[in-house]
Amino acid sequence: MIEVKDLHKSFGEVRAVNGVSFAARDGEITGLLGPNGAGKTTTLRMLYTLMTPDAGQVLVDGHDATADPSAVRRRLGVLPDARGLYKRLTASENIDYFGRLHGMPEALLRDRREALIDALEMRDIATRRTEGFSQGQRVKTAIARALVHDPRNVLLDEPTNGLDVMATRAMRHFMRQLRDEGRCVLFSSHIMQEVAALCDRIVVIAHGRVVADETPDALLAQTGEPTLEDAFVKIIGTDEGLAA
Amino acid sequence: MKAFSAVYWKEVRENLRDRRTLINALITGPLLGPVMFIMLMNVMVNRELAKTDRPLSVPVIGAELAPNLIAAMKSASIDPAPAIDDPEIAVREQRTDVVVRISPDYAKAWVKGQAVQVELIFDSSRRDASAPVARVRSLVEGYGRREGAMRLIARGLSPTTAWPVQVAYRDQATSQSRSALMFSFLPYFFVLTVFLGGMYLAIDLTAGERERQSLEPLFVNPVPRWQILAGKLGAICTSSLVSLLLSMAAFATAPWFIPTEKIGIALDLGWRFASQVVLLMLPLIVLLAALQSLVSAFAKSYREAQTYLSILMIVPVLPSALLSVVAIRAEPWMYAVPLLGQNLGIVQLLRGDGMAGWQIGLCLGGGLVAAVVAVWGTALMYRSERLAISG
Repeated sequence: MIEVKDLHKSFGEVRAVNGVSFAARDGEITGLLGPNGAGKTTTLRMLYTLMTPDAGQVLVDGHDATADPSAVRRRLGVLPDARGLYKRLTASENIDYFGRLHGMPEALLRDRREALIDALEMRDIATRRTEGFSQGQRVKTAIARALVHDPRNVLLDEPTNGLDVMATRAMRHFMRQLRDEGRCVLFSSHIMQEVAALCDRIVVIAHGRVVADETPDALLAQTGEPTLEDAFVKIIGTDEGLAA
Repeated sequence: MKAFSAVYWKEVRENLRDRRTLINALITGPLLGPVMFIMLMNVMVNRELAKTDRPLSVPVIGAELAPNLIAAMKSASIDPAPAIDDPEIAVREQRTDVVVRISPDYAKAWVKGQAVQVELIFDSSRRDASAPVARVRSLVEGYGRREGAMRLIARGLSPTTAWPVQVAYRDQATSQSRSALMFSFLPYFFVLTVFLGGMYLAIDLTAGERERQSLEPLFVNPVPRWQILAGKLGAICTSSLVSLLLSMAAFATAPWFIPTEKIGIALDLGWRFASQVVLLMLPLIVLLAALQSLVSAFAKSYREAQTYLSILMIVPVLPSALLSVVAIRAEPWMYAVPLLGQNLGIVQLLRGDGMAGWQIGLCLGGGLVAAVVAVWGTALMYRSERLAISG
């Protein structure tokens, strides 16, 4: 369960996030939709404690991100915008490194790593060094290392960015699997189809503010538009920066 | 502790797989100093040798006018070569180091007992010619003095009438301290080794990680950033320590390649010397690792960090350069200044004087304080929001 209350963050003159509030519940996929530059990545960075909000509060399973960042980080699995892997380590070693940083015992780490390698269908690349990995292979490795400590809450920043059709399908399948395990899944995207296909709940962000926070059906009913795409355009007021 | 060892071992393992880092830490860094040292020392030793016994061939103009002078030159193994037409040009064009020109009225003036002129044509701006010039000059002057003494004796006077003051040289240099004079630049090589040994790791672990965008995911782990920094610093220090140890081992073999005994200097680079140098360098290892990480943290890319660090590399030269140009009397406070203290201490060890306990204490203490400040500054830098954001 992730609760965000009235977040603000400015970089100099630029108000990147200007009063964002929403909640992402366990057992649901929540989509953070917005055009490029709407403040999605900054919001997520405050969620996973990389940045401190100027004002507002982030609660993860009831833990305050500013007061107790370590507790929050332990409860989060994060695929950040930056997905750098260690190219001189194998995929498995990359995963192990993060598991050890979480202080996992070696036996548990091994079981969990092997389970993730199977779930993400990356057995063939597990013992290869990550140098020269394709975009899809890199994302799989980055997700596996983000989830190795079995977090209740999963944050994914543009998880399908740069993936081909097959990899995107696999990724969506995996996200549904995470939801069905009862986890709270929050991801950001600027691709409407993706949000429409996956989300139980959609939070639309534009110009640093939440402009809608509904289920897909409610969103259609509220705007009176026939498709989600039209509904988004109507809410945001423009289709700039969005992709179908 | 668990996080520290996770970071430390991951960095060690990852960088053992990187050829560039390995070559720098294990080959270039440790061997650069000893190889340069041996080459420089051989040049210097050969020049010292040239000052003494080696036969020297010097063109003499008007040799037939002064057969006795020529004989004196020959007995000091300075061989008179045939006269050349253009002595000034020959010296300027470096065809010869020095030319002796005996004035045409030499014989006539000599017989009359008048002063005669012998010209030495040379170029004082050519350092490599200074040894031959000095040899010829001292021979001609010595010859003149001897002949003068003979004339005084012939007139029934004591030679001391003309030279009431006699200079007597009492050189207190030991063979080891003489060598220390020549080795005053040696401490810089040790500092350079430590610097190079950790440099690539420091860049890779901060600027490199940032450039590859892996710093953001790393910082999302529930580990305080100072612990991550500690693991990284540990890996950098290990690398530079290994470099230093290899370098010391290479230096220990240096006396085999330098004919020190020929010029009467002693060179003791054995394990006793090595262990004391390593002890003195310990705070510098931590200090440099922290400084390198700090500087790299300001850089957005590997290349940028490399540029900054090559500028930083000049800093450790300063004390060595200062000490080899200006003769400074070591004041107690100087031992507490990082780099300067190590410089003084290592030169002292080379001289065979040893170091007093308080000197070692000041050296380690001063270095340690600087290292703590540098680590603390780097830790502050690591806490900044800006550091993790690659974009």
